[in-house]
Amino acid sequence: MSDAHLDSAVLATLRVVMEDEYPVLLDTFLKDSEERVRLLHQACAVSDAYLLRQTAHSFKGSCSNMGAPLLTELCRELEDSARREQLDGANELIGQIEREFAIVRILMRAERQRFGASG
Amino acid sequence: MPLRLTILIAEDNPADRMLLSTIVSREGHRVLTAANGIEAVSLFRQERPQLVLMDALMPVMDGFEAARQIKALAGDELVPIIFLTSLAENEALARCLEAGGDDFVAKPYNRIILAAKIGAMDRLRRLQATVRQQRDLISRQHQQLLREQEVAKAIFDKVAHAGCLDAPNIRYRQSPLALFNGDLLLAAQTPTGRMFVLLGDFTGHGLPAAIGAMPLAETFYGMAAKGYSSSDLLREMNAKLKRILPVGVFCCATLLDLSFDKRTVDVWSGGLPDGYLLCANGTRVPLKSRHLPLGVLEPEAFVARFEPHTLAEGDRVLLLSDGVVESCNAQNELFGEARLLAVIDANREPLRLLEEIVEALLAFHGQAQDDLSLVEIDVDGQPGPMPIQASYVGAVQPSPLDWSGSLLLRGETLRDYNPLPALLHLLLQVVELRRHAGRVFAVLAELYANALEHGVLGLDSALKVDADGFARYYRLREQRLSALRDGWIEIDLRVEPEDHGGCLRIGVRDSGAGFDIARALAEQPATGKLSGRGLALVRELSDGCAADADGRGVSVEFRWRREA
Repeated sequence: MSDAHLDSAVLATLRVVMEDEYPVLLDTFLKDSEERVRLLHQACAVSDAYLLRQTAHSFKGSCSNMGAPLLTELCRELEDSARREQLDGANELIGQIEREFAIVRILMRAERQRFGASG
Repeated sequence: MPLRLTILIAEDNPADRMLLSTIVSREGHRVLTAANGIEAVSLFRQERPQLVLMDALMPVMDGFEAARQIKALAGDELVPIIFLTSLAENEALARCLEAGGDDFVAKPYNRIILAAKIGAMDRLRRLQATVRQQRDLISRQHQQLLREQEVAKAIFDKVAHAGCLDAPNIRYRQSPLALFNGDLLLAAQTPTGRMFVLLGDFTGHGLPAAIGAMPLAETFYGMAAKGYSSSDLLREMNAKLKRILPVGVFCCATLLDLSFDKRTVDVWSGGLPDGYLLCANGTRVPLKSRHLPLGVLEPEAFVARFEPHTLAEGDRVLLLSDGVVESCNAQNELFGEARLLAVIDANREPLRLLEEIVEALLAFHGQAQDDLSLVEIDVDGQPGPMPIQASYVGAVQPSPLDWSGSLLLRGETLRDYNPLPALLHLLLQVVELRRHAGRVFAVLAELYANALEHGVLGLDSALKVDADGFARYYRLREQRLSALRDGWIEIDLRVEPEDHGGCLRIGVRDSGAGFDIARALAEQPATGKLSGRGLALVRELSDGCAADADGRGVSVEFRWRREA
């Protein structure tokens, strides 16, 4: 596993903090992130800079907490351009976010398999 | 380790909310969660959590608005709000603080930093709660102190009400709570028509400074009404304060003993700033402190020596407490004597002097002083002898209307003892005489003083021809009195009923060489003349007056008609 996509040290800390709830946290993150990606597309389609900024901001926060550095960085870029109301490159950035999230999701599901029985 | 707190977490992102609430619960706190600002405010209203972790950007109501509402609901209780944010811009961080945020936590969350911040905020919260409790306690105690001062002031006003501060020849200014800065102003008229004025300043502040004022006022009014002399009064006040006050508490004071008939003022001053005799001709005589304050010396060591001053028409006496000259303004400058004297010199309308001093003080300090006492007494326009206050006379019994008595005072007794209060008390048993008490007592006091000074001590009243002679007279009086061995004064009192009323006869004889009383009696009182006033006064106030042939005694009569 590459730490650039998903930081194993952060995951180790989360396992200690969450104990039995660890798989639930992973599930919650994945489910919420799918919703964020959908919202990003929607905001971009109607050129809603405020919604774009807020969604990217919230997504960035959870990515940083869950140890996904590349995804965090992409969200930050999107949040910055939305704050400056520069939506030209937004579609391209959202595409990158979607591809990076696909990788993170695969890695996180593997983590989920390893540490959670329930699901 | 902070105590278990109830902590509200407001965060719209479910994964972050779950992670944060798990971290905070693991620290031992009770967690409430909200997904937006409106939920957060309503949960705060219901549960009153002690601390809030608040995301800044949330849908429905953002964290800034929720923080403002929560701070408003919390009132003066400190509910710390920690903003959860990775906001990079300074402007957004400033908005968090403006909205009432107390701290920030950045994502990703770090357990150790979170726990430390919660702990720090909890300490701050508890410190503020303690401060608030103590503030409330101080405020309650201050209210109670004010109530107690009001009660004490009310009691004091009752004790002091017998005074004559409202007499037309007295003007004074006193800040409302001057009593609680130790200031005390008393004035009484004596049965002989003299006036005593006392300005006192106890050491210290607050109730301890005020407490000594009560017994002092009672002594002052009680003894003044009973006809004690000013030196008797001064000795008693000193002895009483020495007895009751703790060491280090005493009373700086000036006592004036004014005789309007004779146009004199006797001054005793211990510890107060200079008072002034402001003469109508423009000169200014300082009345300096020459003694230790009241309540310092043992009675045996205390000297009640007054300084006599003669007065002319239009003269005034000004006394002031040290709050006037010794107060500092915000720049730490002293108001000082020079500024006071400048105000006095600039004064053109005598009636406005006190006002001008108070205005100058206000201009100097920028605010009213609360330890200010000023009193000014005119020598003219004195209202005449006061009727005796019933409260000092004693229980009403049937009047003794047919009796006589004789009192013979010899040698040492004449030196130290003043028989007048006891005689006055005796005479006031005759209810019918009470209305005439002022003039009876004035006459008795005059006859006794003449018998002692001119008869027994052989002093010549012609000495009192000018102010210097006046002072010499009093020095001689003191010398001869302390050397007195022989000599006597006899006082006869005779009360007899008559057809439609009654009559009091008083005879006073002494062991002196005798002098031409008949001629002195025939003399007209001359304006501005310092001597010879006494006997003219006796003739004026009594209903009949005759001298013994040998010039060693005088007898006077007072008559009254029975009330219908």
